[in-house]
Amino acid sequence: MMKLFKHLLRRRGLLVPVLMAATTLLITPVAVAQSGGKNGGAAKTPALASELPPGGPELIRPAELAKALQSSAKPTVLNLGPRVIYVQAHIPGAEYIGPTAKPEGLERLRARAASLPRDSFLVIYCGCCPWEHCPNIQPAYKELKQMGFTRLKVLYIANSFGSDWVEKGYPTAKGE
Amino acid sequence: MSSPKASGSTLPAPAITLTDLTGNTLNPSGYKGQVVLINFWAAWCTPCRAEIPQFMTLQDQYRSRGFQAVGISLDDPEGALRDFCRESKVNYPIVMGNQKIAEAFGGVLGLPTTFLIGRDGLIHAKYEGATDFPKLEQEITALLQSGH
Repeated sequence: MMKLFKHLLRRRGLLVPVLMAATTLLITPVAVAQSGGKNGGAAKTPALASELPPGGPELIRPAELAKALQSSAKPTVLNLGPRVIYVQAHIPGAEYIGPTAKPEGLERLRARAASLPRDSFLVIYCGCCPWEHCPNIQPAYKELKQMGFTRLKVLYIANSFGSDWVEKGYPTAKGE
Repeated sequence: MSSPKASGSTLPAPAITLTDLTGNTLNPSGYKGQVVLINFWAAWCTPCRAEIPQFMTLQDQYRSRGFQAVGISLDDPEGALRDFCRESKVNYPIVMGNQKIAEAFGGVLGLPTTFLIGRDGLIHAKYEGATDFPKLEQEITALLQSGH
């Protein structure tokens, strides 16, 4: 290795391109892994909601949330799912943030949450797919915890927003 | 653990025109005479991605008997979707979905969601959540044999 380095130093013209190539080789795999590969995030294995086990204190059940929404101390509800599902049906008053598995979604969440008191009653939900596979809940939960929210709850949706909220007859709104 | 759900219905398949990633147009109600599987999915949805090879196997296995699978992707960037389909060598048409298409099927409020349309153009089954493939295959073969 040292011999090669000395050889390159003697022939200065070769040193810069060789160092650049070596740097690229070292950095590229990390960058690809962080960006989710060339699918632009589609094939990335994200942190999943299953890291928050059902029954945990961080979670709120649909029936509990429906009751809270009728009380005087309503929570702020943020939707972290795909827009196509949100426009078809969402919890009344829920604000659309979008998928927080994507950096832009996480940025929107940060921006929205920045103006909320850290002790406010805040509920996040998705329901895009079965709980143990949801890629959006865990990054959002982690981010909001880091921001210092003390009354943060995650709506536990076992299968989907359709089967665990809409079909159960809980209040639903439609549109943007 | 989530529990996948399959429910039967006999509503007609919606008469909407879809355009797949290669620019071909197709119509779920225009496949009369064939058994058609419509799978709403997304490349960002882990359980959806895991099902694609099994739909490809069904497509290979039953195509000659009059079976056609169609994938409708929700909320995927088109470039990422094309990359995924090319790399996975998906052997059936993939369509970029939207609210209108989802609502034409009575609403899709979770992924994956799969519909099975019979030769008669009616929706015979809807699977919500992870697909029960042994049950799905049974239904496909029954529909292929029955003429419905």
